[in-house]
Amino acid sequence: MARLIRTEKEVEGRFEEIWLVIEEDPLQQWPAGPRDVVGRPATRQDGPQRVRGEAAYTSDLQLPGMLHTAILRSPFAHARVNRIDFAAALALPGVRGALGPGEATGLDEEAGYVGAPVAAVAADTFAQARAALDAIAVDWEELEAVLDPHEAVAREIFTAPPTRYERGDFERALAEADVVVEGTYRTSVVLHNSMETHQAVCEWVGDTLNVYISTQYIWGIRAEIAEALEMPADKVRVVCEFMGGGFGAKNGAGEYTFAAAELARRTGRPVRCALTRREENAAAGNRNATIQKLTVGARSDGTIVAFGGEFVNAVGWSGWSTMTEGPMKMLYACDNVRTVRYGAKINTPPMKAFRAPGFVEGTFGLECLVDELAAKLELDPLELRRLNYAESNDGTPYSSKGLAACYDLAQKHWDRRDEVRARSGSTWKHGVGMASQIWFGGGGPPSYAWTRVGSDGRVAVVTAMQDIGTGTRTVMAQICAEELGVPLDRVEVVLGDSARGPYATLSAGSSTVPSVGPAVRAAAADAKRQIVEIAAQRYDLEERVLDIRGGVIVSADGNLSVPLEELLGVLGDAQILGKGARGPNPTGMSVNTFGVQVAEVAVDIETGEVRVVRVAAVHDVGRIINPLGARSQVEGGIIQGVGHSLSEQRLLDPKTGRVLTTTLESYRMPTIADVPEIVCEFVDLPDEHLTSLGSKGLGEPPIVPTAAAIANAIRDATGADVHELPITREEMLRALREAEQRANAGAKETVAAR
Amino acid sequence: MPELALTVNGESRTVDAPVGTSLAQLLREHLGLTGTKIACDEGHCGACTVQIDGVPRLSCITLAHMVDGDVTTIEGLREHPLIDAFVRADAVQCGFCTPGQVVSAAALVAANPQPTADEIRHHMAGNICRCGTYPRIEEAILKWQG
Repeated sequence: MARLIRTEKEVEGRFEEIWLVIEEDPLQQWPAGPRDVVGRPATRQDGPQRVRGEAAYTSDLQLPGMLHTAILRSPFAHARVNRIDFAAALALPGVRGALGPGEATGLDEEAGYVGAPVAAVAADTFAQARAALDAIAVDWEELEAVLDPHEAVAREIFTAPPTRYERGDFERALAEADVVVEGTYRTSVVLHNSMETHQAVCEWVGDTLNVYISTQYIWGIRAEIAEALEMPADKVRVVCEFMGGGFGAKNGAGEYTFAAAELARRTGRPVRCALTRREENAAAGNRNATIQKLTVGARSDGTIVAFGGEFVNAVGWSGWSTMTEGPMKMLYACDNVRTVRYGAKINTPPMKAFRAPGFVEGTFGLECLVDELAAKLELDPLELRRLNYAESNDGTPYSSKGLAACYDLAQKHWDRRDEVRARSGSTWKHGVGMASQIWFGGGGPPSYAWTRVGSDGRVAVVTAMQDIGTGTRTVMAQICAEELGVPLDRVEVVLGDSARGPYATLSAGSSTVPSVGPAVRAAAADAKRQIVEIAAQRYDLEERVLDIRGGVIVSADGNLSVPLEELLGVLGDAQILGKGARGPNPTGMSVNTFGVQVAEVAVDIETGEVRVVRVAAVHDVGRIINPLGARSQVEGGIIQGVGHSLSEQRLLDPKTGRVLTTTLESYRMPTIADVPEIVCEFVDLPDEHLTSLGSKGLGEPPIVPTAAAIANAIRDATGADVHELPITREEMLRALREAEQRANAGAKETVAAR
Repeated sequence: MPELALTVNGESRTVDAPVGTSLAQLLREHLGLTGTKIACDEGHCGACTVQIDGVPRLSCITLAHMVDGDVTTIEGLREHPLIDAFVRADAVQCGFCTPGQVVSAAALVAANPQPTADEIRHHMAGNICRCGTYPRIEEAILKWQG
């Protein structure tokens, strides 16, 4: 019987209460450790398609008669379109239609940043559409722009009211602390730069709108478009079978989607709107900059008694103020914590979620601060972390927490310190640093899956989710194959089309495996139950003695051994259909992911050059379904983290607000030559309270601690405290000078004391 | 429109395309060879890499009418052992840069069948992968012969 309950849902650190219908009892978890299919490395099912260049991305779609769109963007950081005239543009060759402010969602009269979309033109070719932009006559009224987040905070220009948090008595605890360390940490704006830019192709077929889009959330796009166009959601079909990366920037529909839909409606032709790489860098979302003024107070034995933080998120014109203080509140046991967070609304390009938004930034500040405390107390940083281990999330028990196990597994990497430091010469200094990680990643309801077993014994998993390149198809196929008892190569996963399969959640917030995986398992179990019932009747045995293993129906006594296709073969065109749903998360528990990374670096103290030599990562995300894909997630996260730490920085002209780094030459992402040795380990124990899988998500955790681990390794190598990302040579040399001055002052004090 | 003749994956092709058409556009839009991806369209990322007479070239900044040599795209390398090596090593995530990676790697192993890790890093540094499959790519190329 269907039961209606209230439950909590979390996405990217934001919580909401939802209604949920539960139909089935949860399945028992599988015991820990590798199973027949789950827990064993599986190469990607769609790997050959992608590697051979056969996978069709949104960018590869060419519909007959398709038009191309170019977007007119604001040249001012803040301006209003008083009048716009398309007459000259519409007269140009190939131009078929134009939209001004207010004619499609996302095209606004008020432009809040350089690059804000205000109008769109569709033409036979993209070159024609671009040329037409120059012929649009716009009467701009320039408005006052605020580009400095400090000014926004001082003037109280916020995206939302300041968020204040306090537990215990911070002031008193700080006053009573033996040691206090303070620091100001800054992180820069970094860009997602997915290889496939934001884009959509829209086509009307009767009163149905087909939207082909590079997205992380086909159902979200469907809902947004239905709402904007005031049409029934089931008249919007959203398709994304392959997409070229998202990292959080493609969770919603953008102006490109709405403009393509409206231009397609007006012209009666399919319309593509694809951002160029330069638009992608200027206007498609970013991880916002932060300024973090942090304080820690501790007793001389290393017990942390007070944490304080003032966080400024330089959000930009739109986006949300992420929980930058999250790690400070959650990572350590500390009775007295006080934080305040300001979301500064400034006239810069919009913030969008980027792989563990807020926690990447907040962990950099916090974990550097904690290491500076360890240095001041002359304590081993790993021991300090063990000493202040949080057994609960401010009183709420964790569904599972394997951070202590991560520390134990990381010990051997940490123990390389003497060996690594000994490599130091007169200019290149070597050192080892660590940082811990906490994040969400438990997923949640709702999500659904169907299974379809044919009389040939082959299985299709049908669920309208999307595979953004994390290996979703493979993991879902493994879960289904394991539950159903069939070889992995018999299972296909059908996804990426809102008209083909039930609702599944977004591919973000490390939620894919923990949200959809249990639904797939339940759908496979439903099909298996039916097959066993059929087998029991056909072979005149009790259901309880029957099982399916390796695609063969077997009896407990070993007397029956019938291939699945033999049993189901009699059914002809009939199919076995299973359905499954994601149940609720455990009530009264905090579901989190954990990890620690140990970085080894080399620093040239003459030039300030920093090289990351090795990163060892140990994460606890519950049960690992596919160790091969899991390792790739960890490596990819660390490599992006290395980029954030050393080379990536979106630069803005402070006078005009124009993005200066709009190419992949000026915005410097890591290449293969920049990659350190990466070692990857997992605790790999199921979370016994979380779903039938006990698995959490892994997309985001690996990027969380990387920057702090690198900064802490730099301190170990040189004694310098870097406080800013990226750690440019300028920042490195500044930190070295500061460390030198501190050492000189200390030497003078020592002399004076004598 | 000016006609141009070129050899793509061993086949002679004649195409009408406006002067100024990039090779990437020609392959994708005129010949339907969409395995070659355009990610930056200005020669910075390597996603559009093809071979011309065996040498890796950025097709997004190569004018189609200036091509003087045989063009090999990912579609012409689909039976190359590197394909399987990339899948085995999990050297693919979103896959958007991957065809370009394979085309670059194929040129490398043709010239140097047993490249060292350093040689791989040097040769492949022009192919950006935002998902960060680099360690897997290195492994795939090191073990491309199985």
